[in-house]
Amino acid sequence: MNTPIQAALAAVGAAVVVVGGMLLAVTERPPIDGIQRGYRGLGLVQLYNPRFLAEKEAENVIPASLPRLPAAGAKAGVVYKNVQVLKDVSVGNFTRLMASMSNWVAPQVGCAYCHDVNNMASDALYTKVVARRMIQMVQHINSDWKTHVAETGVVCYTCHRGNPVPKNIWFADPGPEGTPGYTPAVGKNHPATVAGITALPLDPFTPFLQGDTNIRVQGPEALPGWNNSSIKQTEWTYSLMMNFSQSLGVNCDYCHNTRAFRDWDQSPPQRATAWYGIRMARDINNNYLGPLAPVFPASRLGPLGDGPKVYCATCHNGVYKPLFGISMAKDFPELTTVSK
Amino acid sequence: MAMLSFEPKYRTRGGTLIGGDLFDFWVGPLWVGFFGVTTLFCATLGTLLIVWAAAIGPTWNIWRINIAPPDISYGLAFAPLAEGGLWQLITACALGAFVSWALRQVEIARKLGMGLHIPFAFSFAVLAYFTLVVIRPVLMGAWGYGFPYGILSHLDWVSNTGYQYLHFHYNPAHMIAISFFFTNALALALHGSLILSAANPPKGEVVKGAEQENGYFRDTVGYSIGTLGIHRLGLFLAISAAFFSAVCIVISGPFWTRGWPEWWGWWLNLPIWAH
Repeated sequence: MNTPIQAALAAVGAAVVVVGGMLLAVTERPPIDGIQRGYRGLGLVQLYNPRFLAEKEAENVIPASLPRLPAAGAKAGVVYKNVQVLKDVSVGNFTRLMASMSNWVAPQVGCAYCHDVNNMASDALYTKVVARRMIQMVQHINSDWKTHVAETGVVCYTCHRGNPVPKNIWFADPGPEGTPGYTPAVGKNHPATVAGITALPLDPFTPFLQGDTNIRVQGPEALPGWNNSSIKQTEWTYSLMMNFSQSLGVNCDYCHNTRAFRDWDQSPPQRATAWYGIRMARDINNNYLGPLAPVFPASRLGPLGDGPKVYCATCHNGVYKPLFGISMAKDFPELTTVSK
Repeated sequence: MAMLSFEPKYRTRGGTLIGGDLFDFWVGPLWVGFFGVTTLFCATLGTLLIVWAAAIGPTWNIWRINIAPPDISYGLAFAPLAEGGLWQLITACALGAFVSWALRQVEIARKLGMGLHIPFAFSFAVLAYFTLVVIRPVLMGAWGYGFPYGILSHLDWVSNTGYQYLHFHYNPAHMIAISFFFTNALALALHGSLILSAANPPKGEVVKGAEQENGYFRDTVGYSIGTLGIHRLGLFLAISAAFFSAVCIVISGPFWTRGWPEWWGWWLNLPIWAH
């Protein structure tokens, strides 16, 4: 009965069951959702696992806005001391915004996260100085970067989601040190969590979202010709692109027809929005967050002493439009114009 | 075409799967058979449909003719002819022709008293196509996931579909398939050069045989797989390449919607790493 062949078959069967079980544990399954975004048959499709999408939707439910008050009565700048930005907002709506900010950013600690509760006007806590600059940043984004945020705009909650520090921020990342005498630290060839766990460069942000290094590496011709982009430059660009993709929960086809990545005429319009987004992130990192580094305590700084900075996922949180495109800014007009 | 003197000897009757003696005859050098007729019917109809689809398209430029599958919104239903319906019919014709050809191989092998290795091997090529245009679209819920019929357009599909998973070279089955394709080419090059070198000795020497062929590889790498073994190996490598090609595309979409690099998270999460 029990021949070697039967034993071998049983072993193979057991191996198939074990390997099959392991594979199922690390894969997804049908049904899947596909969103066609180009001519049929071109493969310009965004793929979604509806189970993951349901989780994402649950994570992106917006909190109810506190009811808006009539813009009447005394101005905050007159009634309160040391109001530098929101001077011209009525006291009622100023208080409403403060309460909203507390809900959005520091729901656990409340007002005391930024304010000395014995002297609300004091700038003693660094968080208050940062918050003031962040209000200016939000106003700047909503009024001067409509090319990227359109009329949807952003509010504190877009990034903070109830966390004092937004979940997705970046610091300059030198990467692990190389093995002494063998390999120098090259800032790549390790699992890059910001680049879809590829072995691509670990910090695509410093060159592209702080510096203005040229992102384009693809030549306009099929043959190399005069395109002098190196493999290293190309890897840096691809690391950034992987990051865009995971930040927005989309694949490469969302912004590119991959037959000609560089060609604007063949690219979906979202690529232009992303182009402005890159400039917006640079603006924010260089003019708002970067200069705040001396204000932060050491515990809030990165390994090289730089302050926290933004990239696409800071607002997008893995969704093609932050909060699936629902505008919270429309309920807060004091955040959509730059205060004089 | 003139018949070679020894040909009638191999023209044995029988071996058919369908039709009995009805189609068991030759036209010129070609045996007909039931599946020869269905092959001819499907291939002709499919080709004419391709010409029709090209005719209602915007170009006769051979590179740019594009016969695309339906929009994804049609799901697994029939689409109007000009909006992917022709693609559906052409796909049915192509599969009819390919499967008929495989069964024709079976009939001829039976007729000649051979094994079924040829149709078995050819079936893997058909499986790869069937996976691309039927299994994967059905698993994903729309014919629109099939690839378009056009020289350049199908390459656009390959490119965009690959980039749906960010970096297709991280697809584990794609890795295996590529390894088999390369190994297959290596084995064929080694085998072909060995046979030609044995058949083309220096002037004045006699043609060499299996002894020298085996000797060559024993001297070189200590082992020769042998005259029959090399063909078993070749068949294994070739069908494995086709099989894992089919696997690598059928898992992309139905069983993985994200970037393929991310799939390797299980490796990074193994409890064997310091961090």
